[in-house]
Amino acid sequence: MEKFVTFTSTAIPLPTENIDTDQIIPARFLKATDKQGFGENVFRDWRFNKDNSINKKFVLNDTRFRGSILVAGNNFGCGSSREHAAWALSDYGFKVIISSFFADIFKGNALNNGLLPVQVSEDYLKKLLAEITQNPSIELTIDLKQQILKTPIGEIFIEIDSYKKMCLINGYDDIDFLISKKEKIIAFEIAQHQ
Amino acid sequence: MGKTLFDKVWDTHVVDTIENGPQVLYIDKHLIHEVTSPQAFQELKERGIPIARPDKIIATADHNTPTINQHLPIKDILSRNQLRQLTNNCKENNITLYDLGHKYNGIVHVIAPELGITQPGMTMVCGDSHTSTHGAFGTIAFGIGTSQVAQVFASQCLLMQKPKKLRVNVNGKLGKHVLPKDVILYIISKLGTNSGTGYFCEYAGNVFEEMSMEGRMTVCNMSIEMGARGGMIAPDETTFNYIKGREFAPKDDAFDKKVAYWKTLKTDDDAIFDLEYSFDASDIEPMITYGTNPGMGIKISDSIPEINDATFEKSLAYMGFKKGELLLEKEINYVFIGSCTNSRIEDFRIAADYVKGKQKAANVTAWLVPGSQQVAKQITQEGLKEIFEEAGFKLRQPGCSACLAMNDDKIPEGEYCVSTSNRNFEGRQGLGARTVLASPLTAAATAIAGRIINVSEEIQEPEFV
Repeated sequence: MEKFVTFTSTAIPLPTENIDTDQIIPARFLKATDKQGFGENVFRDWRFNKDNSINKKFVLNDTRFRGSILVAGNNFGCGSSREHAAWALSDYGFKVIISSFFADIFKGNALNNGLLPVQVSEDYLKKLLAEITQNPSIELTIDLKQQILKTPIGEIFIEIDSYKKMCLINGYDDIDFLISKKEKIIAFEIAQHQ
Repeated sequence: MGKTLFDKVWDTHVVDTIENGPQVLYIDKHLIHEVTSPQAFQELKERGIPIARPDKIIATADHNTPTINQHLPIKDILSRNQLRQLTNNCKENNITLYDLGHKYNGIVHVIAPELGITQPGMTMVCGDSHTSTHGAFGTIAFGIGTSQVAQVFASQCLLMQKPKKLRVNVNGKLGKHVLPKDVILYIISKLGTNSGTGYFCEYAGNVFEEMSMEGRMTVCNMSIEMGARGGMIAPDETTFNYIKGREFAPKDDAFDKKVAYWKTLKTDDDAIFDLEYSFDASDIEPMITYGTNPGMGIKISDSIPEINDATFEKSLAYMGFKKGELLLEKEINYVFIGSCTNSRIEDFRIAADYVKGKQKAANVTAWLVPGSQQVAKQITQEGLKEIFEEAGFKLRQPGCSACLAMNDDKIPEGEYCVSTSNRNFEGRQGLGARTVLASPLTAAATAIAGRIINVSEEIQEPEFV
């Protein structure tokens, strides 16, 4: 996994709430057996019209907005457990998703792929969305070591589990850690059978 | 302080705890399918890591399988390749696979309970958010992403923060035509789609105690639709009787020993939940959804609420509905009875009981998709198949089918489908398709009438002969 320490970028505002993983990557694109290329179909049915022409009204097609940070409405990533949603967002070029609330499974999947979910208050999100919409060139900075998000709305502390923070900063994943626990796991299995 | 059912199961599966971090949780059963496993197999292969406990994994093909002509090669090349990879991966790693055509094949959350694989007190995972279904047995069961599938492959464990605890109580007497699906749609309509996020939910109260195992599975299945990773119901005699005699259930003395343990799996009287809600069963009526998330549900005879909000309006625009509108009498051309929520034998019995002696409306295309080969067999053995065929329905072969429309079972653009599945997201049942979630009874009634009707009113009418 790629390391994540600090990151600065402009951002894309997507205020829709309850964006589910079926919107992020529709099921018909889940037939691939590797992790590459899902970015091509991220938000497929919002980015394209039914005749496959580009939907100019959708924010990812709006040339005013560019950047690797997605700022999205409440309850982002609800629905299916498909990790393809995190792969698609990463593959498209996103490094950070900011929302006032994330669905559990999506949040875990994102963290396991070096895609950082940053949770902010509803009020902060509302102001940030409005600011980006008015001023698309503003830059947002995430300093993971200090656990800080800096935007024109203000500097705030980011909550993150210290274990996950360590993994992201060092580019470690859970498999390495779990394998290092092998002896304890085997001892557990023996005890479970007694 | 007492322990909850969830605590009791969780605590006995903790292998290790990281200070200020997650716990290492042991997983008893790992279910896999063709869509969310290939990248996990690939990851282990690339890193040269063997699968720790292939004997604790069960595989099935369900998400991407056709529901007609399953004996023929799959036409879609990508789907065929995905299934071939599953077969090869299972073969290479010595994993039990109930492949297409196998007598135990079916939807992952239908087959594990019916084979007696799902048992109280276990921890179970699957790369599928509806793994919460198995919580009906007093099991900690939840959906995971593919990275986590790889973690379980590598270690038979997961790194998890212990979730908070939520309890939803429903007490009182349910109306005659109110089904478990209506109960869970009602709960989600009241609590919303993210009220359960960060929690594991226990369902308690006489309504769940009196429910069949299949009804409990329908309820627990949709826990994720209110954001909860999983839902649980304390095991009782109904649970033990359901498990007894099933293929992989413990037998004789071993079974009795297990039951003695399973009986201890209930929340202590003095246990405390982080969050608790209570509902009165008499307030629940047959439910239906009008929007693009499962929380957007109403009693079938109510009108669509009038809410001024951009996301709400976007959702209604997609559905082609207006604020304040009634759903009753809406013409419906598609009906789907199936999915891991409602494709078990009781669901088909309810549907058959209603359609018996009636004829499907001419405008309706109805797909009846059993959850497993065993359910399909039972439908035939019980004579339900004839009832359906006489009413003009055609039964299809088992699979996830139009619940997520990965195969050819897609609802055409702009069409409404009254569906017994679990999600009404935009495009879920096909590009531009509009999903209306309901119980199998409401779905069957819609197929007969060709429009949405309130079954409880219709059935309660006095009969004059």
